[in-house]
Amino acid sequence: MAAPVSKFLPRPTPETEFWWENCRENRLLLQRCGACGNFQFYPRLACCGCQSAELEWVEANGAGIVETFTICRVPVAEAYADDLPYVVAIVRLAEGPAMMSNIIGCDAEAVTTGMPVEVVFEVRNEEITLPQFRPRPGGAGT
Amino acid sequence: MASLRGQVAIVGAADTAVGKVPQMGATALCAEAARLALDDAGISKDQIDGLVTCNSMAEPYMYHAEALAEYLQIFPRYCVSANAGGGTTFSGIRQAAAAIVTGACTTVLVALADTLRTGLSREQAMKMQSSTGHPQFETPYGATVPAYYALIARAHMDRYGTTPEQLASVAVNGRRHAAMNPAAQMRDPITVEDVLNSRMIADPLHLLDCSLVSDGGAAIVLTAADRAADFRQDPIYILGAGEGHSHEHISQARSLTTSAAADAGREAYEMAGLGPQDIDLVELYDCFTPVVLIELEDLGFCGKGEGGAFVESGATALEGSLPMNTHGGLLSHCHPGNPGALFLLTEAVMQLRRQAGARQVPDASVALVHGQGGIMSSHATLILGRERD
Repeated sequence: MAAPVSKFLPRPTPETEFWWENCRENRLLLQRCGACGNFQFYPRLACCGCQSAELEWVEANGAGIVETFTICRVPVAEAYADDLPYVVAIVRLAEGPAMMSNIIGCDAEAVTTGMPVEVVFEVRNEEITLPQFRPRPGGAGT
Repeated sequence: MASLRGQVAIVGAADTAVGKVPQMGATALCAEAARLALDDAGISKDQIDGLVTCNSMAEPYMYHAEALAEYLQIFPRYCVSANAGGGTTFSGIRQAAAAIVTGACTTVLVALADTLRTGLSREQAMKMQSSTGHPQFETPYGATVPAYYALIARAHMDRYGTTPEQLASVAVNGRRHAAMNPAAQMRDPITVEDVLNSRMIADPLHLLDCSLVSDGGAAIVLTAADRAADFRQDPIYILGAGEGHSHEHISQARSLTTSAAADAGREAYEMAGLGPQDIDLVELYDCFTPVVLIELEDLGFCGKGEGGAFVESGATALEGSLPMNTHGGLLSHCHPGNPGALFLLTEAVMQLRRQAGARQVPDASVALVHGQGGIMSSHATLILGRERD
């Protein structure tokens, strides 16, 4: 059996399908709780804070900061080898939730903790567009 | 509330050969670990009425414990495949101890093995790497397992000023002890410089900050403390046990630098009626060097953020105030994946029996072992003693 040629692709589930659809339209969605106002990511059935099922979708403003990061010097699979060295980070969104991402659009060595970043969308195939983050020009520190 | 304190004893413990063991598949290696532990306990397989295993990556079964019972032709009343990564071992043992205390069974064999070094196909290795992250929200970004842990290392460095040299000192500590352990996979001494000069895998983690990839198996026999005198070896008692579970995927962690080891440790200390100052030696899950610093802090052996300085000071050396990973740990003894933590326990048992040879901690009476699985996700602590009370 040959090694997989494509990068790992997410498989949307019934509760995340709408979120992935919006990524295709270059919109990063979060869930906001109608009862307590909590923002959450990833999409869930009920509020992580108060268990209310009154969740609404809101578009994130797309800004965040790098909470922590690493520079991968070894690829997880052959399909990632051309990207070396690539940055994997946890990004803290302005609204509060954290998400994993790559930091793209800059030298890997230039990434720092606390760096302001903004969302950008990367098309992986016709179904999957992945949110990624790049340095935010004129970003106001942490 | 009923307590497990002093109710259950470890009466058999053994490791298989580790490193490269190409002559055995993962199921056979698990059976070999079982055979050795039963021999050590001086009992036959027919005296076992409980079985705990974990699944193997190399030779997975849908229901692993049932498959191993069939392989061994034993017919247990209690049969569980535990599954929480490196936290599996002590979590499974705690549950088995509870099963003994409540009468669900009397004597439990815990046998874990895998052959990550020689037994994995390319597809299985790939699956293992990719199955670590959240399938939708992490895996697509291409992190390796070391990269997930590097996120923690970076956070600890940023928050507390931990240095790469301090991370490296964890690996050096393990290797010094492995040099005294003929069974260890890697025994050549290393220095902090060697760690820092080894290949960068995922900044700030170098190759020697990462644990080994091994074949290996280990097993223990647990029984009710009241029956323990009937066995060949000195019984080693479970004095405390605790668990904590904070997340599965690191991007969802409540904290990157404080773990649920704090919860697991608190519960274990309370049950044992002991504190960090009463512990003679520790065997801590060391899949990557930063993990050990956080465990030392969260288990109360040093202040928060001081783990790096603590290890760098030599406190965790065999002759230090808190000998740690006296067999070499996952970094230098072996790491066959899910079974990895059981070697921490078999080493603690050998130390408390005073059978650890050149690496014996003098007068070792109370030991703490800690396992974690996922990416600092699932934590389980056991406190063990030579004396029941």
